Amino acid sequence: MYTNRFSTFLSFVRKECYHIFRDRWTTIILLIMPVLMIILFGFAISTEVKNAHIVVLDPSQDAATHAIVNKLATSEYFTIDRYVYDLKEIDALFKKDKIGMCIVFSERFYENMMHSGDAHIQLIADGSDPNYAYTLTQYATALISTYQQENLFQNIKLPYQIQTDIKMLYNPTLKGAYNTVPGVLGMVLMLICAMMTSISIAREKEMGNMEILLVSPLKPITIILSKTVPYIILSFINFATILLLSVFALKVPIAGSLGLIILISCIFIFVSLALGLLISTLVNTQMVAMLISGVVLMFPVILLSGMIFPVESMGVFFQWLAKILPANWYIAAIRKVMIQGLGITSVVKEIIVLLSMAVVLIAVSIKKFKVRIE
Amino acid sequence: MLKYLLEKEFKQFLRNRFLPKFAIVFPFAILSIFPLVTNTEIKNIRLCVVDNDKSGYAYRLTEKIKSSGYFILKAVTTNEKEAFELIESHKIDIILEIPSRFESDLIKENKASVLISANAVNGMKAGLSSAYLSRIIADFNQDIRIDLLQSTNQQLSPAFGITPLFRYNPLMKSLFNMIPAILVMLMSVVCGFLPALNIVAEKEKGTIEQMNVTPVSKFTLILAKLIPFWVVGFIALNICIFVAWLFYDFFPQGNLLTFYLFAAVFVLAMSGFGLVVSNYAKSIQQAVFIMFFFVLTFVFLSGLYTPAANMPDWAQLLSHISPLKYIILVVRLIYLKGSGFTDMLPQFFSLTFLALFFNTWAVLSYRKRKM
Amino acid sequence: MYKETHTHEEHLSIVAQGLTKRFGSFTAVDNISFNVKKGEIFGFLGANGAGKTTAMKMLCGLSKPTSGNATVAGFDVSTQSEQIKKNIGYMSQKFALYEDLKVWENMRLYAGIYGLNDNEIKSRTDEILQQLDFQNERNTLVKALPLGWKQKLAFSISIIHQPDIVFLDEPTGGVDPAARRQFWELIYQTADKGITVTRTTHYMDEAEYCNRICILVDGKIVALDSPKQLKETYSAQNIDEVFRLLARKAIRNQ
Repeated sequence: MYTNRFSTFLSFVRKECYHIFRDRWTTIILLIMPVLMIILFGFAISTEVKNAHIVVLDPSQDAATHAIVNKLATSEYFTIDRYVYDLKEIDALFKKDKIGMCIVFSERFYENMMHSGDAHIQLIADGSDPNYAYTLTQYATALISTYQQENLFQNIKLPYQIQTDIKMLYNPTLKGAYNTVPGVLGMVLMLICAMMTSISIAREKEMGNMEILLVSPLKPITIILSKTVPYIILSFINFATILLLSVFALKVPIAGSLGLIILISCIFIFVSLALGLLISTLVNTQMVAMLISGVVLMFPVILLSGMIFPVESMGVFFQWLAKILPANWYIAAIRKVMIQGLGITSVVKEIIVLLSMAVVLIAVSIKKFKVRIE
Repeated sequence: MLKYLLEKEFKQFLRNRFLPKFAIVFPFAILSIFPLVTNTEIKNIRLCVVDNDKSGYAYRLTEKIKSSGYFILKAVTTNEKEAFELIESHKIDIILEIPSRFESDLIKENKASVLISANAVNGMKAGLSSAYLSRIIADFNQDIRIDLLQSTNQQLSPAFGITPLFRYNPLMKSLFNMIPAILVMLMSVVCGFLPALNIVAEKEKGTIEQMNVTPVSKFTLILAKLIPFWVVGFIALNICIFVAWLFYDFFPQGNLLTFYLFAAVFVLAMSGFGLVVSNYAKSIQQAVFIMFFFVLTFVFLSGLYTPAANMPDWAQLLSHISPLKYIILVVRLIYLKGSGFTDMLPQFFSLTFLALFFNTWAVLSYRKRKM
Repeated sequence: MYKETHTHEEHLSIVAQGLTKRFGSFTAVDNISFNVKKGEIFGFLGANGAGKTTAMKMLCGLSKPTSGNATVAGFDVSTQSEQIKKNIGYMSQKFALYEDLKVWENMRLYAGIYGLNDNEIKSRTDEILQQLDFQNERNTLVKALPLGWKQKLAFSISIIHQPDIVFLDEPTGGVDPAARRQFWELIYQTADKGITVTRTTHYMDEAEYCNRICILVDGKIVALDSPKQLKETYSAQNIDEVFRLLARKAIRNQ
């Protein structure tokens, strides 16, 4: 009896797998997408300033201004497009988005610098992208200060020099990938397990197949489980490719224990599946399943996981909201284990939270499912 | 013929339990919530000071950092190990270590050093927050130097000052950076995503097949599908413009008509793209997956998070095919800088090209599918 | 294999000669030739996958034949599919009504597509509603109708523009015998008006209602005649027996 039931279950699973993998396109998309995502997010997101286009407004044209401009021009951060001669010209360039910043020297710069101390440099940056603008002015200020140190203060003993050393923990070269790999993992698993599962069950309902399946001698739960198995397999494949790619292509080392990462991921996969099931019990059409999982799951993960936007800068409300999203707990745990190399003791909280979420969600969706059948 | 098809599409749209509400409520909700969430400003950085010196200068430096508004002082300790435990457990983001003899070294040797250690898992955040912190330390350095020089009546020369100025957004609000992006994403969803899914849904139900045996031309059929979403998209866009003005006092500096023109070309490009996807996708599930992937890629390549100039060359090259790249830039230019049409000619041509490209592809791929 | 010589071209609404459709190495429809007379009820009979639907799709101009040719209402299926579409009606297994539109709105949509003007639409709608005895359902959403009603509605809509020929692809799937009988009454009424009815089915009892049936096995025509004649030829009790005799040779199963 038991083996019999199990073999029907297996044949159902086979049918579902066949359903997904028979279609070459779906298979390709499902397998390739995470790969492309990780490559794109890993390589293309960089906070390093490179070749920012700037112009110079220099009414003085003396030794000091030339030396400073030269200093900026030889750095890899800036590309000096040309000199401009009045402020209106700068405006026109900004309006065409040709430049990111303009260096404006005061008149009679060298003379004032040596004597009156009235010499002045303005760094006019395009504030429409505030973080980029800030970074540009910081880089330029640093370069100009070096010039100051090297050329002007050589022979003068400057009083009270505080040297600031900066150490970047866990990620010395400030690679964007260190932050995005856990985020992409969370997003892809959520996408496959929650979104795809909910859509695929909603599809059965929409097509009217659900009734047919439900009148069959199989238990409803068996039917639902068999629908989730292919997605579990898929998410493991994706999980493995993402990890392999991040280690070998993006050079993000796995600092902690691999076993722990797998354990946490398994728990998260169950949470996502439960979420997907819950959504599918609430909706009747694929379109609504898509919109709900998109708006309720995917958007918040992208926005509130700290992958792109810092959660700390948000209001208290959103920090709370961020706390009820399973993906955030998962991403935080993966960050700790994979990037920071911490052990199980430091992720106990995350594991407990994820486990209880899994239990609650599965309980609720099974209950909902039964109600619907009766 | 078009008349009857349009009648049908509008009725179906309005009769849907979800979509009309989505189209009206979504812009409101998204504009009132998103700018608060999608705040790229780095603020409230949690700091721990390891103060081994406990001198007057160390205290003054700590106070200066506290009053800067960027940092929240979570702890002051003398135990380095404790500080690192805090950073490991994500209780704090950054550590400033002031060595013992900081003040006396400064006075006696004229030199001292401090150490900043930042949790760099999020590289961008670590970069910016350590930059803020070193900037404050440099200011502090200048402060005490001036104090010293004034007390001894010396003059510091040669010298010059450096002031950063932030054009178009002097208060550095990231909000003004995000609102244009939200406008654009909303238009992509309404005019690209939804019509494509709508077509795939009809494919699945078999109603498209029914249409194929009628004399309706494919062009009419598609046009009837797109027009309602264009109308809804335009309404949603105007709601956005209105809400941004109402809530944030944020209104285009430039010409609104220019904005509409660009928006129209962009919408054409996105719906063309949606059609391409709908031609290839066999099920809603597939369509969602493809759409999701490409829209995310488009967004990432658009320069919204990382300016295109910072990307590796291959990514920069790839970014040219993202319609979002051009429109986000254009919206920023019109909203913040008041750029005119002639300023944005390159963007206009690129968008027009993409619109033609996607729509041609849509037409070609459709014919192929039909055998 | 059965072949027919065509003599009265002007009385024929479908003429097919050597019609073949291949998908890669798979031949779905293999060199079929037949004629359908005006006002005739013509049935394609066969197991699932025998090529009924593919044959019908070629005749509707939905898919191009790999070789052979056919004319439908005097137009060539390979080159004049647009003209064909104006002169035929089509109802598929899924009877593609818009569930979120009301009964009259579905009628208005399809009538509008076939170029009827507002006055004609109104009179045709009233006529059909009366014929189906559906007056009370005018404003009902289609999704609220029982299956049998949807089916009758879908059929009436497929002939709302009074075409020369109507193609029905497995139209009676999933409905009860009573509803099927009512549906056949509708088909007879239509044929009486001179509209040719071509349908596919795998219900053997239904085949008996056709004027002539054409039995497809593995994409080939193995028999084509009136039900009565077929029963005589194969000395069978009913069409079911005829079919089983012929289908025994099938290579493709189900």
